[in-house]
Amino acid sequence: MAGTGLFLCFFLVIHLLGNLQLLLPAAEAKEQFNWYSHLLAGNLFIKIVSWVLLLSIIAHAVYALIITRKSNKANGTKYAYDKRGASSTWNSRNMGLLGTVILVFLVIHLKDFWYVSDFTTMNLDKQGNKDMYSVVVLTFHEWWYVLIYEISFIALGFHLLHGFFSAARTLGIYHPKYVNLVRYTGWVYTAFITGGFMLIPIYLYFNN
Amino acid sequence: MLDSKIPDGPLADKWDNYKEHVKLVNPGNRKKLDVIVVGTGLAGASCAASLAELGYNVKSFCFQDSPRRAHSVAAQGGVNAAKNYKNDGDSVFRMFSDTIKGGDFRSREANVYRLAECSANLIDQAVAQGVPFAREYGGYLNNRSFGGVQVSRTFYARGQTGQQLLLGAYQALMRQVGSGKVKAYTRHEMLELVVIDGKAKGIITRDLVTGEIERHAANAVVLGTGGYGKVYYLSTLAMGCNSSAIWRAHKKGAYMSGVSWIQFHPTCLPQSGEHQSKLTLMSESLRNDGRIWVPLKPHDDRKAIDIPEAERDYYLERRYPTFGNLAPRDIASRAAKERIDAGCGVGVMKNAVFLDFSKAIKEQGQEKIKEKYSNLFKIYDKINAVNAYEEPMLISPAAHFTMGGLWVDYELMTTIPGLFALGEANFADHGANRLGANSLLQASVDGYFIAPYSIPNYLAGELKAEKITTDHPAFAEAEKTVREQLRNFLTINGRLSADHFHKKLGQLLYNGCGLARSKESLTKTIAEITALRTQFYQDLKITGDEKVNSELEKAGRVADYFDLGLLMCDDALSREESCGAHFREEYQTPDGEALRNDKDYCYVSAWEWKGELEPHELHKEPLVFENVSLTVRSYK
Amino acid sequence: MKIYLKIWRQDSLATAGEMVVYQLDEVSSDMSFLEMLDLLNESLIQKSERVIEFDHDCREGICGQCGVMINGRAHGPLAHTTTCQLHMRSFKDGDTIHIEPFRAAAFPVVRDLKINRHSLDKIIQSGGFISASSGEAPEANGLLISHPVAEAAFDAGSCIGCGACVATCKNSSADLFTSAKITQFALLPQGNIERTERVLAMVDQMDAEGFGHCTNTEACEVECPQEISVLHIARMNYEYSKALLLKRN
Ligand SMILES: Cc1cc2nc3c(=O)[nH]c(=O)nc-3n(C[C@H](O)[C@H](O)[C@H](O)COP(=O)(O)OP(=O)(O)OC[C@H]3O[C@@H](n4cnc5c(N)ncnc54)[C@H](O)[C@@H]3O)c2cc1C
Ligand code: HEM
Ligand code: FES
Repeated sequence: MAGTGLFLCFFLVIHLLGNLQLLLPAAEAKEQFNWYSHLLAGNLFIKIVSWVLLLSIIAHAVYALIITRKSNKANGTKYAYDKRGASSTWNSRNMGLLGTVILVFLVIHLKDFWYVSDFTTMNLDKQGNKDMYSVVVLTFHEWWYVLIYEISFIALGFHLLHGFFSAARTLGIYHPKYVNLVRYTGWVYTAFITGGFMLIPIYLYFNN
Repeated sequence: MLDSKIPDGPLADKWDNYKEHVKLVNPGNRKKLDVIVVGTGLAGASCAASLAELGYNVKSFCFQDSPRRAHSVAAQGGVNAAKNYKNDGDSVFRMFSDTIKGGDFRSREANVYRLAECSANLIDQAVAQGVPFAREYGGYLNNRSFGGVQVSRTFYARGQTGQQLLLGAYQALMRQVGSGKVKAYTRHEMLELVVIDGKAKGIITRDLVTGEIERHAANAVVLGTGGYGKVYYLSTLAMGCNSSAIWRAHKKGAYMSGVSWIQFHPTCLPQSGEHQSKLTLMSESLRNDGRIWVPLKPHDDRKAIDIPEAERDYYLERRYPTFGNLAPRDIASRAAKERIDAGCGVGVMKNAVFLDFSKAIKEQGQEKIKEKYSNLFKIYDKINAVNAYEEPMLISPAAHFTMGGLWVDYELMTTIPGLFALGEANFADHGANRLGANSLLQASVDGYFIAPYSIPNYLAGELKAEKITTDHPAFAEAEKTVREQLRNFLTINGRLSADHFHKKLGQLLYNGCGLARSKESLTKTIAEITALRTQFYQDLKITGDEKVNSELEKAGRVADYFDLGLLMCDDALSREESCGAHFREEYQTPDGEALRNDKDYCYVSAWEWKGELEPHELHKEPLVFENVSLTVRSYK
Repeated sequence: MKIYLKIWRQDSLATAGEMVVYQLDEVSSDMSFLEMLDLLNESLIQKSERVIEFDHDCREGICGQCGVMINGRAHGPLAHTTTCQLHMRSFKDGDTIHIEPFRAAAFPVVRDLKINRHSLDKIIQSGGFISASSGEAPEANGLLISHPVAEAAFDAGSCIGCGACVATCKNSSADLFTSAKITQFALLPQGNIERTERVLAMVDQMDAEGFGHCTNTEACEVECPQEISVLHIARMNYEYSKALLLKRN
């Protein structure tokens, strides 16, 4: 869980850095981004990574399902009156729900971008790269699409807020010295990832 | 004639002599021998684990849902050992003489010496098990002085010494359960002892979950079933603590000794109303900095802070200028009772005295006091919602420890061959008054170091004996007695609960056979208990079925407490002297101190059961003191 | 004060249970929570009804035998407080109090509020000890342990085994319980030799008993009467991974 989760976390950083190119002035962004997409699409190494990534997501989700079922079985009879929520944070208790939102999002996301870019033909830009930039910009022209993204990123944010530090615990980082470090890093990381990803659709929506 | 089987030789060599001459059992034969150990406190758990390590088949019983919950967990203060780590003059002999003197010269020299002798080893054993005793910064074990002795010999693990020691023993026991050498029976209550041809051969238990009455046979039976202070209902003991195991053994022929010697702990939280079910102990260490006082005038209803210095009576400092607030438990408790009876008690029920930290806070600062006692102040706040940094605590004496129990010889064997009693369940070692931090020690030493020699010594003779099975008619008969008693409780169908009777009985005993007793109070109490006992069998009401039924459990325990209570009074009545916790009002010095009578009462009373409501027969085991001289305890 | 109660009644594991309503008119705020239940049971006896079975023994917060869900929380509304230490002054006149047993598949109900926590003993049996048989111990001061290490081992070792951590965990995980014991012995030099086998055996046993998977919600630490730290769980994970590696080599 922690392994796949952290791998996904790491990937998010790369992904975000790539996507930040979308924030450049339109013309420049188009050129940059399409070049970048092409670079990724053409590279065998990246191809392998992307399949590993897909497998990680599946493995993460399957493992999530397994531990959820294990916990349900371990719970036995349900409480008739349950206020246990008072002693933990909401997101820590609802990682599965948040994860499911992310999963649904991922399906949409992968279909709209990965599938489109890798498996369909589309217009080429001046350099002769597939014009992914226009696909992206067009997609984010719909307010409801932006909304789906924003909601999903909020879910991701909460998932990460717990997930990042939880993964550190699962990996066995127990020394009090590092505990706060991990927590702060988790916050900063979450803010950066969530903020970054949330900014892009809004920026594109209002700037095009 | 009672034979205490004290080995020959000089005091310091007796235990070695004994060990060198015990009979041994061939390792190959050990698995053919079964031992039942009732109780999983320090005594029971350590004994069961140690015997299993040697290779015997052990069955272990307790009434709680896990062996780890035996009431040994509750001990806070510490455990004594003559390690002399502080280089302050401690030695086995000094510990021995302190204990003999603390017990007011009513215990056996040889037993007490052995206790002191084995004490150092217990600390080694516990440390090896991972018990986290307090340490100094250099990494050495720390200890402190406790309970009015002049040397530092008390090892402690914060305020949880009992819990930590018990976890060590429990884990040793679990290790043996895991390896299949011990079979653990939790939520099982022993209700009868099975005696065949004069020897203990098994027990009858009730499974507290299914209600099943079960038979268990063995070559020897060990009782480590703890103390019976709960006879007073209000006490520092756990709700389930009982005398049933030892009492039923007593009815089968095991003698009881020191029955009325019960220690009242001076620093407990007072009863606050009729609903009260238990009295919580506050560590005695509080008396190091707290000053005990009551208003000078009786029935003074003012708040503590409104009473000026001149109208306060620091009665311990007044009566015992040398020891002051640190006077031993029996003395401090009795002095409190004396003031409370004089009408000077404080609190809602006028049953308490003040324990005041204002002087210590003024002199040392609140931070210092906090550092020493913050957890205790927190507990006090939790229970009473009172900030003891601002107002004095209210404390009161409460029944705490039973020096009495089954009579045992040097081998810890009762008068029934094959029946052993360990820990608080036996009478040995503490005499008429127990020194603080000696009983965790005694329970542990009995189980870890003594029983593993003395029980095999008995078992060696059992190898050739005929193997008894649970089909023996004696088992059937014992089971029948148990079933009849339970059925009887369920069918009386009167009006009053077992708790009702227990509370009443407790009150009678507290008033008539408590901190102080007299011929008059005892005779009156015997009549009252007898009447209440009759009412119990006519008016008891138990609802529910024969399966899980806490009321049924209570009924059996209360029934035994009635008979025990009567014997306590008889025991106190027969001893026309004051010694230790036994304070007969008729026998005191002009200034109110205990007056011991060594000429007529330097013996252990051992009582033999003669039948329902029949007078017990008294046997005497003379006490011989060759290594200490009988002196008068004085803490003036 | 007047208190309304909704209490779980269940005859045995084999039968279904339900919440039953009771009322007590004269509850004193000085009573402990369990004394309030005593009072209720006394009134049930008067009505010839079967009493409510609940677990308790020391009534001073150290034996770990008591423990119920009170108003949906393990050991009730106060943090770090056992059921027996809770007093009625934490409630107001007219309050309704819901009482249920600690629930987990590994804690089967015995009757009403009584449960069976044998599974915790089983975890200890699998390796929660240092193998030091009676009589073989070396001189205690032959082994120096620094003050901070001894204190840290104590913090971990102070668990009373009540099971509130499991009851309050959405996953019914026993990680806090198990890891506290593993930490205590991992810290102490005496425990070092069996360290590898211990953690592997205890974690496997915990799974075999049917406890759930820890997801670090940290609810356990909040309810734990002894304030045992969740960091022990991280430490257990570390010890476990290390043990797996060591075993393979
Ligand atoms: C509050 C408190 C504080 C104390 N503080 C200290 C201290 O600081 N230092 C010190 O040295 N001593 C102290 N003591 C005394 C000391 O703790 C006890 O004397 C000692 O722990 C007794 O151990 P034990 O093994 O004999 O009995 P316990 O630990 O009481 O064990 C009794 C066992 O017998 C079982 N049992 C009982 N009856 C039955 C039955 N009928 N059927 C089946 N099983 C049964 C129980 O389940 C339990 O397992 C204190 C005592 C109390 C109450
Ligand atoms: C980009 C996507 C995702 C990232 C970066 C991510 C990251 C993480 C991380 C770091 C953890 C902590 C692991 C641990 O404690 O061991 C975690 C846990 C979890 N994730 Fe994800 N996850 C993602 C997607 C998903 C999806 C799609 C699901 C569900 C279908 C999901 C469900 C869970 C669950 C149930 C947990 C367990 C809770 C826990 O251990 O704290 N996650 N995730
Ligand atoms: S009854 Fe012992 S901890 Fe509550």
